[in-house]
Amino acid sequence: MFNTASTTPEKLLQMVAALLLFAAVMGVILFFAGRLGGKRHEKWVGYLYLLPVVLMLTFGLVYPGLRTIYESFFDAAGKAFVGIDNYKTIFTDDDQLTVLRNTVLWVVITPFLATGIGLLYAILVDKSRFESFAKALIFLPMSISFVAASVIWKFMYEYRPDQANVKQIGLINQVIVWLGGKPVQLLIESPLNTFLLIIVMIWIQAGFAMTVLSAAIKAIPDDIVEAARLDGVNAWTMFRNITVPSVRPTIVVVLTTIGIGTLKVFDVVRTMTGGNFKTSVVANEFYSQTFRADNQGLGAALAVLLFILVIPVVAYNIRQVRRSEAR
Amino acid sequence: MTAVTPLATESDLIPTRPSAAAVAKKRLSSPWASLAAIVIAVLWTIPTFGLLVSSFRPETKIKRTGWWTFFADPQLTLDNYRSVFGEDGGVNMADFFVNSLVICIPAVLIPLALASLAAYAFAWINFPGKNFLFITIFALQIVPLQITLIPVLEIFVHMHITGTFWTLWLAHSTFALPLAIYLLHNFMREVPAGLIEAARVDGAGHVSIFFKVMLPLLTPALAAFGIFQFLWVWNDLLVALVFAGGGNEVAPITLALANLSGTRGTAWQLLSAGAFVSILVPVVVFVLLQRYFVRGLLAGSVKG
Repeated sequence: MFNTASTTPEKLLQMVAALLLFAAVMGVILFFAGRLGGKRHEKWVGYLYLLPVVLMLTFGLVYPGLRTIYESFFDAAGKAFVGIDNYKTIFTDDDQLTVLRNTVLWVVITPFLATGIGLLYAILVDKSRFESFAKALIFLPMSISFVAASVIWKFMYEYRPDQANVKQIGLINQVIVWLGGKPVQLLIESPLNTFLLIIVMIWIQAGFAMTVLSAAIKAIPDDIVEAARLDGVNAWTMFRNITVPSVRPTIVVVLTTIGIGTLKVFDVVRTMTGGNFKTSVVANEFYSQTFRADNQGLGAALAVLLFILVIPVVAYNIRQVRRSEAR
Repeated sequence: MTAVTPLATESDLIPTRPSAAAVAKKRLSSPWASLAAIVIAVLWTIPTFGLLVSSFRPETKIKRTGWWTFFADPQLTLDNYRSVFGEDGGVNMADFFVNSLVICIPAVLIPLALASLAAYAFAWINFPGKNFLFITIFALQIVPLQITLIPVLEIFVHMHITGTFWTLWLAHSTFALPLAIYLLHNFMREVPAGLIEAARVDGAGHVSIFFKVMLPLLTPALAAFGIFQFLWVWNDLLVALVFAGGGNEVAPITLALANLSGTRGTAWQLLSAGAFVSILVPVVVFVLLQRYFVRGLLAGSVKG
């Protein structure tokens, strides 16, 4: 039951067995909770309901998190204590500095462009005849995996050498050729490649921004809009003085949410370039250092850095969500 | 997170007087606005469309000519799909498809059940230490997966379950809990206290209140989170790489596609068909359950 299932019937059987085992655990908890009647035993029912969750979170999140922080002060093999050397490496080593630079580019560019395009598109299709279809087109990339999105874009960026009888099969290079240029090895040229990877993330996240902002735009009170219209304001003034201020809290939430997602981006970089050609970011570098370079200490330090970078953004995001909830 | 949730779906239904955006758009002289919208929509669709067309073209055509030449020289074939489902291409997506399903189903049901119980306890039972525990779990939402992976892997080694589905079930279930508890707790708090009190007066305990009063009311929230979690697990790469990276036996379809892209990066006949097999389920879920999907996605956007 706890070994590797390799045929389809075995896999399905193991899944059913796991679900039955889980149901049995739930049954035991509910059985004991059911016997603890009355106000006096109430707190024990509470603890019983929380028991599995607290156990799983303790061993699956809290302990591992603390353990990784501890291990970030040890060497590649995890044996010798090295103090803050791993962190020094991150901030001094040339390759690691490239990783930091790329991460900054990702986190600065992606949220603003994705949100900007999402907002523009939400306004453009608002109340149009094909609104829901038009929104679905932009939103679809959000539902597929980052891996599939990367494959889709890798095909866009495909390069064929510049020879007489060779035709381009990637659309971007074909457009370059049509415009009279020479095909470019798009995913190898640095720093161009990082920007091209960022486009993939923008392509994925714009749909999210569009959906959330569209909902916020529709919630702007009609009388404000009506009053502005009677005053005869033009489109730009309406956008700048009515639309944007009204949805500003939502814009901040969208920006920070995409920012958090972008900080943790791993799948796109790994699938498209594997972090080669100077495209690595912190989340990908963590994986490469830990599993490819066998440098556990540096890997752990990168994971901790990711955690530290995420905290202020999440804190700000939660505060904004709270604020918009309170209104 | 919940603030934006109801707005996203319900406001779509209210066709009222022109909104600020509509007015802004009208003033932007409509033809230009429509043109801009169409340009964005086309730009956003072309990449997927190109690969979709390619997945139905013969291998030699894909490799020698651009997919846009298809319209001048239309040739369709299902060979690419046959080879990703057969042994001759070296991959059989069917196996990985089964793996993804086997991983997803428990990885959705287990955290949903556990989180509902926990959320109920936080919402309607009094016990010492409640606030401390709730705030701790709330705060755990921000922990990035990366920081937990290696020690969790070490724990799995000690448990002798590496390379099995158990690692993925346990890992995905655990990582889902903080968000699930937080969201379901928010929904449960909105149930009127009178309903619970009435049930208690009738002599119902916390077990029967949970099943008879709470669960029926909670169905939309459970559906929204369930769909979100299903797609999160289906689309995940990182957890799969770390815990199922060793062999193909338990690897999900995303990992298969990522490996294909890494080892056979120019085999576009396989990659194109493989990509579409892998996105089939998310797209169907998206089309059929769009309402719940958007709600769940908005609510869970900070996860991971």
